Amino acid sequence: MEITLGPLSTIPPGEGRAFDVGSERIAVFLARDGRVFATQAACPHRGGPLVDGLLGGCTLVCPLHAQKFNLQTGEALNGGPGLKTYPVRLSATNQIVVQIERDGG
Amino acid sequence: MQKKRKLVVIGNGMAGVRTVEEILARGGAEQFEITIFGDEPYGNYNRILLSEVLSGSQDASEIFLNPLAWYRENRIQLHAGVRARAIHRHSRQVTGEHEIVASYDNLIIATGSSPYIPPIQGVRLEGGREKPGVFVFRTLDDCHRIAAYAKGKRRAAVIGGGLLGLEAARGLQNFGIDVHVVHISGHLMGQQLDATAGAILRTTLEQLGVTVHLNRSTKEVLGDDRVTGLRFADDEVLDCDLVVISAGIRPNVDLALRAGVTVERGIVVDNHMRSPDDPRIYAVGECAQHRGHVYGLVAPLWEQGKVLADHITKRNEKATYSGSKVATKLKVMGIQLASMGITEPADDRDEIVQFIEPKRGTYKKLIIRDGRLLGGILLGDVSKAAYLMQAFDKNTPLPDERLSLLFDLGAPSTKATLEEMPPEMQVCNCNGVSKEGIVACVRSGKRSSRAIMDATRAGMGCGACKQLVSEIVAWACGGAAEQDPAASYYVPGVPLSKPELVQAVRERGLRSVSAVFRELAGGVEDPGSKPGLASLLRTVWHHEYEDERDARFINDRVHANIQKDGTFSVIPQIPGGVTSAAQLRKIADVVDRYRVPLVKLTGGQRIDLLGVKKEDLPGVWRDLDMPSGFAYGKSYRTCKSCVGTDFCRFGLGDSIDLAVKIEDRFRGMDTPAKMKLATAGCPRNCSEAMVKDVGAVAVEGGKWEIYVGGAAGAHVRKGDVLCVVDAHADVLRLMGRFIQYYRENARYLERTYGFVERLGIQKIRAVVVDDSEGIAARLDAEMQKTVEAYRDPWREAYSPATPNQFRSVLPIVQ
Repeated sequence: MEITLGPLSTIPPGEGRAFDVGSERIAVFLARDGRVFATQAACPHRGGPLVDGLLGGCTLVCPLHAQKFNLQTGEALNGGPGLKTYPVRLSATNQIVVQIERDGG
Repeated sequence: MQKKRKLVVIGNGMAGVRTVEEILARGGAEQFEITIFGDEPYGNYNRILLSEVLSGSQDASEIFLNPLAWYRENRIQLHAGVRARAIHRHSRQVTGEHEIVASYDNLIIATGSSPYIPPIQGVRLEGGREKPGVFVFRTLDDCHRIAAYAKGKRRAAVIGGGLLGLEAARGLQNFGIDVHVVHISGHLMGQQLDATAGAILRTTLEQLGVTVHLNRSTKEVLGDDRVTGLRFADDEVLDCDLVVISAGIRPNVDLALRAGVTVERGIVVDNHMRSPDDPRIYAVGECAQHRGHVYGLVAPLWEQGKVLADHITKRNEKATYSGSKVATKLKVMGIQLASMGITEPADDRDEIVQFIEPKRGTYKKLIIRDGRLLGGILLGDVSKAAYLMQAFDKNTPLPDERLSLLFDLGAPSTKATLEEMPPEMQVCNCNGVSKEGIVACVRSGKRSSRAIMDATRAGMGCGACKQLVSEIVAWACGGAAEQDPAASYYVPGVPLSKPELVQAVRERGLRSVSAVFRELAGGVEDPGSKPGLASLLRTVWHHEYEDERDARFINDRVHANIQKDGTFSVIPQIPGGVTSAAQLRKIADVVDRYRVPLVKLTGGQRIDLLGVKKEDLPGVWRDLDMPSGFAYGKSYRTCKSCVGTDFCRFGLGDSIDLAVKIEDRFRGMDTPAKMKLATAGCPRNCSEAMVKDVGAVAVEGGKWEIYVGGAAGAHVRKGDVLCVVDAHADVLRLMGRFIQYYRENARYLERTYGFVERLGIQKIRAVVVDDSEGIAARLDAEMQKTVEAYRDPWREAYSPATPNQFRSVLPIVQ
């Protein structure tokens, strides 16, 4: 199902912000080239807050131990488990819309 | 699509295959169909490690650099065990054994060299067959044959006391045989050592049980059907039942000679490693002769391979090889040795710096001309080798204090040698990476320190192990790792050194990090490079800097230090470590109000409130109503002080007042790496000012010593005295000038201890104190501008800089 998180202007260019959607915490990033990415919010390494990381293109560096991820694919660039990614788009009014799987309940 | 060119390589050894790897790395697979002839039936292996195989400390399977699968994966046709017989230049073909024919558009000759067999009677049986018991030591098969024959034998003689001969001797010793080395000249390892070092090495070897015969020319190998002994020129006889001849090597040039290209000692090549007679033919490695030199070590051959690859792939047709400076670090029978350049002075002006300690087998000798290193020998203790080899290679000026060239003063070095280091030994203590982890990564194909640090994260924590990681990478690569071009960049994502970058930024008026990526990095944003660029731009542009918040590390976005659980630590400014009841009360109230889980006194004489939520940061700052202590940035952090003259009965100078003035002047200032300062009221150094990035220590006579480049963290170093001055104002001025010089010239994240060691205190003193470059006034002015630009970032509590700056989770707004 699709969920509208809010206007894109809540995220400064080149940064990320986290949203709680049901039981999931989702990180949304706005790259300087205008691309928007959505992934799980916690780093799979030690739980670091990914939205506080450094973003360049679609590469994100976790602020705690510099784990690197490709936000497009979720791949961990220096080994280890990758990120769950969510399809995300902007609405006609520049609202951030993510698609999440509706769980059983 | 254009048809692929046919590339034939004769020689499947370290030079040939390394060159092919370089070609592949330049997109060569798209351009070439590659065929390799190798007369050994194996993939490429690390010949340097043969003595390890002979001694049994490594299995033959462990020394392969390119297993057969590598050739398949890269679609290289390998004729293993096929010796090339002729090069036909007119038909552009190479013919080999078993009637194999390969056509070429380009040919690389990498035939290496063969052992030289001196004219000694009885080396072969009558009729010319090999005499059982006589060996050379060059290939894996030689190794296997020696090992098979040596079992149960009593005594072995090695003819030749050069590097390879001693390696063979070491290998043989492990079979429990009595080993004799017979050397034709007056001292061992004439290429690398002078007579004194040779004599010390001899003594050490004899202590290890090897008998050394010097000035002995072998006339005959005795024995009718197998070896029974050696007869020397003076007719003395040495009984032995095994002989290894290691009397030097000769480039394998027969093929080239018969093909009609110019051959002198080796195959003559131009600066592109190409034969001057035939633009289709290149030669590389031990068989090639460049400007009169034939090199027998791996480092030059790797440099040659790069140039050849650049040229043949047309990646850079101007690439030129301009010869190599020969420096080598190796281990002979467990004895560490480093040798570079000449071994004896060549000119009256040459200065010799020498240290001899025969009892421990230690010898160090440097030959210096005009302050530059021309040659050197380090035997037994090679702790300074990395530094000296670099100074030799780059021709950098040496510090005036020669003693420090030979010894690490003050810090005992007990670092075990890399070979002896157990595989499971943890090298990077921050990220838990072991020696074997690094070695495995090298085996998987990564060949530069940076690539390995990226992949394993070794050295990416506190950074103290970076040097060791690089050494292990080099060792695992078989001598030298690939130079990472990014090593000279200011940040990895922009291919410019710091001076080049500053110049480009000024010329093009680049005021933001995104502008730098757009103009100087092809629009590719490297996230890890952003904070370094932000720091540099701020130093260049001051208030004209266009501050993009996403270029900052999180700590600098929210002016607090991120903790393992995503909360933050808050450290207010407490200049000189002096506080008051009112201030403590205010802090205590904040702790209660925001339920701060941990309050801790820091090493920098301040109070740390740990576990503060991002949302609470603005409130905490407002309620504290104290300026930020900057305990999170790559910036000036704090200045500790001792009690000084106020109460201490030993105090010579007012250290508290000075610390407060320092804090007031430099607070919050961006620097390439964090800076921790201290002032001490007397040389008892209670505040540890001598091991701070910058420190001031009061001495008798109302004077202050200024220390720079100290460290007492992951790296420990006593600072160097920059100068001695009279008054607080002088301390502030000179510290400021040093800090500004450091800000302009250090690499990003280079602490002052690295910076001071890299430039040398003499150079820094000349510029900062004596104004040798005439820039002191400018440095002072830049510093003054920076001081005036100070603004307390905690004022953002009242006006956030970006949307939701202090929110860790946003509500969904629909």
